Amino acid sequence: MKGRVNRDRLIAFLMLLPSIVLVFIFVYVFIGQTTYTSLTDSNAVQQLSRAQANFVGFQQYNSLFTNPLDYRFRMDLVNTVFFTVLFIAMCLGVGIGLAILLDQKVKGEGTLRTIFLFPMALSFVVTGVVWKWLFNPTYGINQLPTYFGLPPAQFRWFISEEKVLVFNWQNLPYIIAIIALGFVIFFAMRAWVRRRSTVGALLTALALLLMAWITFGGPSNLNGLPIPEYYGFNLALIAIVIAAGWQMSGYTMAMYLAGLRGISEDLREAARVDGASEVGVYRHVVLPLLAPITLSAIIILGHISLKIFDLVYVMGGGDNLYIDMPSINMWFTTFRAGDFAKGAAIAIIMLVMVAVVIVPYLISNLRKENEL
Amino acid sequence: MTAVTAPDARSKRAKPGQSRRIISRTVIYGLLIIAAIIFLIPVYMVLVTSFKSIDQVGVSTMWAFPTSFTLDSFTRAFELLSPNLINSLILVAFAVPLSAILGSLNGYVLSKWKFPGANIIFPLMLFGMFIPYQAVLIPMVQFLRSVGMYGGLPGLILVHVVYGLPITTLIFRNYYAEIPRELIESGQIDGAGFFGIYRWIMLPISAPGFVVVLIWQFTQIWNEFLFAVTITSPGSQPITVALQNMSGSQIVEWNLQMAGALLAALPTLIVYILLGRYFIRGLLAGSVKG
Repeated sequence: MKGRVNRDRLIAFLMLLPSIVLVFIFVYVFIGQTTYTSLTDSNAVQQLSRAQANFVGFQQYNSLFTNPLDYRFRMDLVNTVFFTVLFIAMCLGVGIGLAILLDQKVKGEGTLRTIFLFPMALSFVVTGVVWKWLFNPTYGINQLPTYFGLPPAQFRWFISEEKVLVFNWQNLPYIIAIIALGFVIFFAMRAWVRRRSTVGALLTALALLLMAWITFGGPSNLNGLPIPEYYGFNLALIAIVIAAGWQMSGYTMAMYLAGLRGISEDLREAARVDGASEVGVYRHVVLPLLAPITLSAIIILGHISLKIFDLVYVMGGGDNLYIDMPSINMWFTTFRAGDFAKGAAIAIIMLVMVAVVIVPYLISNLRKENEL
Repeated sequence: MTAVTAPDARSKRAKPGQSRRIISRTVIYGLLIIAAIIFLIPVYMVLVTSFKSIDQVGVSTMWAFPTSFTLDSFTRAFELLSPNLINSLILVAFAVPLSAILGSLNGYVLSKWKFPGANIIFPLMLFGMFIPYQAVLIPMVQFLRSVGMYGGLPGLILVHVVYGLPITTLIFRNYYAEIPRELIESGQIDGAGFFGIYRWIMLPISAPGFVVVLIWQFTQIWNEFLFAVTITSPGSQPITVALQNMSGSQIVEWNLQMAGALLAALPTLIVYILLGRYFIRGLLAGSVKG
């Protein structure tokens, strides 16, 4: 019996082995190779002439952040930040709104849920094709006001060239330093209010240091750009946010709805007996309990938006820099322009951004599971 | 709002609340209906545009109902896209069952035959489903070239099976975790080995797990674009790539594009409408691990 079980253990491991090997090669070995490529000057011409790529260290990365010719990548980063924030905000807002409404024991809940979730079953390519038509400046939703006797709307959606919140990339170290200072001051004040004076004193000292660093021009040493470059929130991204949000809001709704169904009616009833209004029940009992779901949703949506490719490819096709993303830039740099090394560097930067979001999440999730 | 479950609590303060309740119900239904209409706008647009002939697609008639229904756009879109629809069918026919079977075996091993180090290997596998695939594309193309699978469907099938392993393994592992150890032990006492237990104990109760995984993988692979556009050549492109080519080309016949979008969306939509419950389970499995 014992020997048999041991033999079965071995068989079990051997059955898993092919999958382990495949994932090891296709994920980790490939990532290793991409990392190596990003440290070379590998490109299509070289490969065709069978020449060896030269090792150039971090030159590609350096170029992406400081070479005026690589402004597209910096535009992508700015776009990603604005897109991610708005996309997550829309999905969370719409998702929790719909979930709370559906949680009110409404008739036809099943049908409504199906309607809110069906875009999840579609391809981003289909979504892109359809919304590209809806956002067509002459034909699409711009025509809707005419049905109410109003002139057609003028916004050019995904081909708009307007931008707001314009800033000079050279000032980015300053901007980040000031935002960081804001956070430090906030937490310092919170620490003082909570009478945790050691923490408060440390944070105040840090704030003073930061302030001194900023006033004496420290951040400008971090600027590597020779000439000013102006970026901002490209309004064309609004179209992408709406299309992506239309597709993914149902997902957050489903997550929240699952969470709401997990909160016992007794708990809510107890709050009502204590005199809480229906709104109060949500504010003080239900929403706090949904906080972990919000965190999961932010992480999942965040990593999706950092990777978004199909939708932008279909709506912009790599030509429209106002909605460009790192994923698109990587693809065209690599497979159209043949600059493998630069493409690899963009890919690795994307991987790092996603890993920063996902790895802590995975670890905490699995740790929780092991504690059970 | 809680009248069904808590009549007592409500009746104490119900009298003046009656009209307020009616108002709040109206607001709730009103908001839900508006939301539903907004969510369905793209569907309306796809339907009215695809049933129109091209001369009816104009600025003034964009949102109007077609004056005469025609299936022309569908027959033309189908003619254009049918080779790609067939490619997609072949793709899912191989990739989906394969990744489900592998996922089931992996889940069985990882839930019932834990070995030292399994707690490290599993998260490392899971990480594979979150990575931006751009980070593996360049070596992947080189690898597929070197084994002669670049450009064709077998290469795409292989890639989908491999990158599907994390999610299918995860779903089955969590599904099998619910099965009590005693059942496995009683199987062992009866003399069943690794495969015997899988065949006679696990497999017969795996149907719901398989449904979730099959639906999930079907939707994912059918809808996938990045791998498809990178590693297939024109003859073996699946439907998503063909649809993008159609919309990206100079064809501005929107009725044709909308018909094409509908054709591309129909298979996953039908599955979703018929088996939505299982689809949602797959959806939540990817985020809320247990």
